[in-house]
Amino acid sequence: MATYSTNEFKSGLKIMLDGDPYAIVENEFVKPGKGQAFNRVKVRNLKTGRVIERTFKSGDTAEGADVVDVELQYLYNDGEYWHFMDPQSYEQLTADAAAVTDAAKWLKEEALCQVTLWNGVPLNVAAPNFVIVTIVETDPGLRGDTSGGGGKPATLETGAVVRVPLFVQSGEVIKVDTRTGEYVSRVKE
Amino acid sequence: MEQAACWRPSADLSTLRLRAELLAQIRGFFAERNVLEVETPALSAAAITDPQLASFGTLYSGPGPRYGQTLYLHTSPEFPMKRLLAAGSGCIYQIARVFRDGEAGRRHNPEFTLLEWYRLGFDHHRLMAEVAELVTALLTGRTALAEPERLSYRELFQRFLGLDPYRSCAPELAACARSQLIPIPPGMPVAELDPWLDLLLTHRIEPLLGQGRLSFVYDYPVSQAALARLRPGDPPVGERFELYLNGVELANGFHELGDAAEQRRRFERENAKRLALGLPAMPADEHLLAALESGLPDCAGVALGLDRLVMLAAGKTSLQEVMAFPVDSA
Repeated sequence: MATYSTNEFKSGLKIMLDGDPYAIVENEFVKPGKGQAFNRVKVRNLKTGRVIERTFKSGDTAEGADVVDVELQYLYNDGEYWHFMDPQSYEQLTADAAAVTDAAKWLKEEALCQVTLWNGVPLNVAAPNFVIVTIVETDPGLRGDTSGGGGKPATLETGAVVRVPLFVQSGEVIKVDTRTGEYVSRVKE
Repeated sequence: MEQAACWRPSADLSTLRLRAELLAQIRGFFAERNVLEVETPALSAAAITDPQLASFGTLYSGPGPRYGQTLYLHTSPEFPMKRLLAAGSGCIYQIARVFRDGEAGRRHNPEFTLLEWYRLGFDHHRLMAEVAELVTALLTGRTALAEPERLSYRELFQRFLGLDPYRSCAPELAACARSQLIPIPPGMPVAELDPWLDLLLTHRIEPLLGQGRLSFVYDYPVSQAALARLRPGDPPVGERFELYLNGVELANGFHELGDAAEQRRRFERENAKRLALGLPAMPADEHLLAALESGLPDCAGVALGLDRLVMLAAGKTSLQEVMAFPVDSA
């Protein structure tokens, strides 16, 4: 992997620090009137999401991290791992729970997901922003209630539980925003 | 597409008008005091030896004795201005575009404007008073200023970090940096003090300096004297000063070193350090040394970052907002 001089630092650049991949969030060049210049950077750990501060002497280098974002198709979960496929090459990749985290409850077979690979291995899986899913269980609400107020919990085929309006029933297909976990609308099949 | 989008200036026109007004005011200030405006070359066969400054080099391919030579863009007009002083110019000032490689950011641009002036018979304290007078005149009505303050480099570290920079060893400075939760850069030296002092200064002192007032820091460690004369004592200090306002470093001044032999030793020491750091040695300015040899009048000089001053006067936070075309769109 390439190494980068602090002069090449910019937000978004992926570098290795203490064995973990990081993305530069912010980079500031500071220099006293005379004397040593430094780059003060804020970096996000791509495994944990935590943002920390680091300082480099200007002109020093950092090793680049082999991190790329790819779009993969979700295939299935075998109880321990989540299996994905590259729709171009048909290559299959396996992600563990640490990579899938909260996206797990939104994953529906065949959905296209943004997957971050580190050295070719899934590091992070992001669910699509919107998913179309079937409700497998919800209390039968009052028919004809279209007030939209209140709502009730509904369990989805992917395992997530979201609040839906009272008029929405089991077996119906709905659209959900995975970023907020909120019901958007019913979907006519 | 991207080219088309960035043809416009990054500073708004009212800021460019403010810049012109400040320049006119500066020229008026020096005219009133009989300080002569001068111009000196931006290209020189000699260059600064300071290991922390990088000069741009360019190849001259025209006729004359400089044919085929590398000429360097000046990082400040200091050396030729001292040649004028030694030649009997009297007090002089210059508004010069200068060039420093490897410096870019919110408060840095590889080319920028320095206002540099020299006052005969002044020491660094008297020059600090004049700097305060000029900057106050330029900022009055534009930003609120309390009374200026002066702190020695030692008082600065005592006040902000509770440590004496002259009585602390590198491990103590490192421990202070860690207790201040400063992320320690890789490759910091084991015994050398200055990089640790610079780390503490840039991370925990400078951002807090000069809040709403001009803060002068003076009398620097001998190792950071640059072109200042030394004053013996315990500890000996370099008669240098810096000016800060609202966390921004605005000016650097010296009670000027006039000793040619000492100046040559500093050039040699700096070039040796450059080589040790894997940097090329730079051609020392023999004309300057000859001028010092013939006699520099006792004087103090200061260089003030004009773009940063415009930035503060305009209430902006980055140089990109006060330069028509910073390096990214130049």
